[in-house]
Amino acid sequence: MSNDVLIRADGLSVHFPLRGFMFGERPVVRACEGINIEIEKGSFFGLVGESGSGKTTLGRAMLKAAPISKGEVIYSDDEVTYNLATLEGAELKDYRKRSQLIFQDPYAALSPRMTVRDIIAEPLEVMGLTSNRDETDARVREIAAMCRLNLEHLRRFPHAFSGGQRQRISIARALVSGPRFIVADESVAALDVSIQADVLNLLNKIQADSGITFLFISHDLSVIAHTCDFVAVMYLGQIVESAPTRKLFSETSHPYTRALLSAIPSLDPDVRGHAQRLEGEIPSPINPPPGCRFNTRCPHAQERCRSEVPEWREMSSKHHVACHFAEELA
Amino acid sequence: MTSPLISVKDLTLRFRTDEGLVTAVNNVSFDIAPGEVLGLVGESGSGKSVTAKALMMLNADNSVYDPASRITLRVDDQEIDVLSLRRPREQMIIRGGAISMIFQEPMASFAPAISIGDQMVEQLLIHSDMTVARAREISIEMLDRVGIPEPAQRFKQYAFEFSGGMRQRAMIAMALSTKPKLLIADEPTTALDVTIQAQVIELMKDLVEEFHMSILFITHDLGVIAQTADRVAVMYLGNLVETGTVRQVINTPAHPYTRGLLNSLPKLDDLEAPLTPVPGDIPSPLDRPSGCVFHTRCQEFIGDVCKTQIPDYSKDSANHEVSCHLATQGEQS
Repeated sequence: MSNDVLIRADGLSVHFPLRGFMFGERPVVRACEGINIEIEKGSFFGLVGESGSGKTTLGRAMLKAAPISKGEVIYSDDEVTYNLATLEGAELKDYRKRSQLIFQDPYAALSPRMTVRDIIAEPLEVMGLTSNRDETDARVREIAAMCRLNLEHLRRFPHAFSGGQRQRISIARALVSGPRFIVADESVAALDVSIQADVLNLLNKIQADSGITFLFISHDLSVIAHTCDFVAVMYLGQIVESAPTRKLFSETSHPYTRALLSAIPSLDPDVRGHAQRLEGEIPSPINPPPGCRFNTRCPHAQERCRSEVPEWREMSSKHHVACHFAEELA
Repeated sequence: MTSPLISVKDLTLRFRTDEGLVTAVNNVSFDIAPGEVLGLVGESGSGKSVTAKALMMLNADNSVYDPASRITLRVDDQEIDVLSLRRPREQMIIRGGAISMIFQEPMASFAPAISIGDQMVEQLLIHSDMTVARAREISIEMLDRVGIPEPAQRFKQYAFEFSGGMRQRAMIAMALSTKPKLLIADEPTTALDVTIQAQVIELMKDLVEEFHMSILFITHDLGVIAQTADRVAVMYLGNLVETGTVRQVINTPAHPYTRGLLNSLPKLDDLEAPLTPVPGDIPSPLDRPSGCVFHTRCQEFIGDVCKTQIPDYSKDSANHEVSCHLATQGEQS
C-alpha cells in the first residue's frame, strides 16, 4: 500500500441479513458489494449516488460503524495501521479518536438538553483526551473559533441556532478530538443554498488548514464537483466509476454517471429539455439484477450486460470504471 | 392581454403566536396568467409556502389576513374573491376544484390506511356528480397518464407500496384528475433523486401543455426553476423582492438578494468559480429589519436610505419588477 493512501477498501462487502421464513435461505440486503476505493491523505473524496445506492453504508463501514461482511478496510496514518475488519478493544477505541462522522440533519444530531459547550466537549470527556476542565474549555474555545462560533454561543442551547449554525456546531464536535479522517454524510443536504455555500467553504478551509482527509457523501453532483478533488459514483451497492473530479467531468465513461450529470437541471433557461432521461427506478438491493447492476436502466444495455459482471478496470491513470462498453461509449 | 387567472394584491398575512403577531407575508402582489408557470423562489422561512397556502385558504387558524389583502380568481368569466369564502362548501372551488396542490412529502400527503385508488375516487365524487364507476375509470386513466405501470393493480395499493417517485406521480395524477385551472406545486421534487426529479419535471411540463393549466411552482432550487418556469418571483422574509421572466431573473438579476442566491450556487460549467454565500442569517420574522428587509445582509448597501425607507417597486420597460433602492436611484440619476 502506497504511503499516500490513508484508508483503502479492498473488495469490501456489507450485507444485512433480513429475518426470513422458517425454511429456506434468509434474504440478504447487499448494501455494498465488492467495493475498491483508495482515499489519499489530505484529499477531499466525494461519494455520489441516489438514495438506496449504499453510500451511507459504505461511509459507515469505513468508520467500522457497519458490519464488514467480506473484504477488508485498511486504515494507515503515520502512527498506526489498522485492519478495520478485525479491529477491536483498545485499538478500536483509538480508531474512534482518529475518525469522526458529521451527520446530515443538524436538527436531530444535537441534544436539545446540552449547551453548545457541553456538546462540543463531550467527545473530549468520553475519550479522556483532556485531563481537567480548564484544558477542555481551552480546546473547545479553540475549535469553536475555527468553526466561527463565538464564546457567547457556547452557553446557549441548540434550539437558539439556525440550520447553518447548528451544522457548524456538529462540525466543531467532529473536529474536537483531532481526527485524521472525517466522513461527512450529506452534511449540506438539509441547508438552503446560501448556507450550503457557507458550510462547504468552511469544510474546504478546515481541510486546507489541517490536512484532515474527508469522505464527503452527497447525492448532489454539482456540490461534489465544487468541493471534492476525487469522486466515486455509486449505484446499487457498487462503485461504477471513480476519477479525479476534472477527469470525471471531462471524460465521463459510465452511462450512469452521464445520466446523473444530464439530470442536473441547468441554470440556463435556454438549454431546456436536453436531459438524457433515465427510465425507471433503482432496483432492490435484496435481489439485484444479474450481470451489470445498472442493466435494467441503462440505455445501452446489451445481452452481455445481463449475464456478465463488468470488471473494475483502469481507463487511464486513477480513472476506474465498471462497464463493458466504456471505450465504445466514450 | 388576457386577464390573469388569479391575482394576488397586497397580500399581508400574520400569525398570532405567544410572542405576538409574526408577519409571514408582507404586501405581496402577483398575477398568474392562464397556462403560465410562475416559479416562486426563496430560502426556508421566506414565506413561499404560506403565500401558496393563502390561495387555498389552507393556513392555520391563527393566521390573520390584513383587510387590504385581495386574492381574485377568475373561473368561467366569474370573479371569485377567495378571501371572502368562509364556509367549507364555498371553499370547495379553491380546494380541489379550480385549484389543486401537490406537496413536498408524498408519503405524508396520502392517508396510509386508505388505498390510493379510494383516495382518488373520493375527491372526484366530492367535486362532481359522476358515478363511482366513472370516477374509477378516470382515476385509472390518470395513473396511466402519469406513467405508472399496471395502473389497475396500482389503483388498489396503498401509499407504502409505492416508491418515492411513484408516490409523487400518483399525487400529481390525483391533483390533476379534477382538471384544476391552477396547480400549486410546493417543492414537488425536493425529496426526490435527480434522475427521478428529471422524470417528474418532464411529466409536469407535458401536462401543462396537455391540460393548459397554470402552475405555481415553489422551490428553493434555481436550476429547477430555470427548467420549468415562464416567470419567476423571488421572496425574502415575506416580501417579494423581484419578479420577471425566467431569463430576466436568471440572466440579469436586478436585486442583490437574487444575485447572492445565484452566486452561492455551485455551477457545473465553471468548477473554479468560488461559492459566495449570502453573508449572515435570515433575520427572525419577529424582528423584521426596518427599511429594506434585506439591508442587514446586503452587499450592495448604499447607506441610510436602505435602513430607513422601504423601497418601492420599480418596473423596467420589459415588466421586470424589483424592489430595491439601487434600481430606483439609477432611474433618477
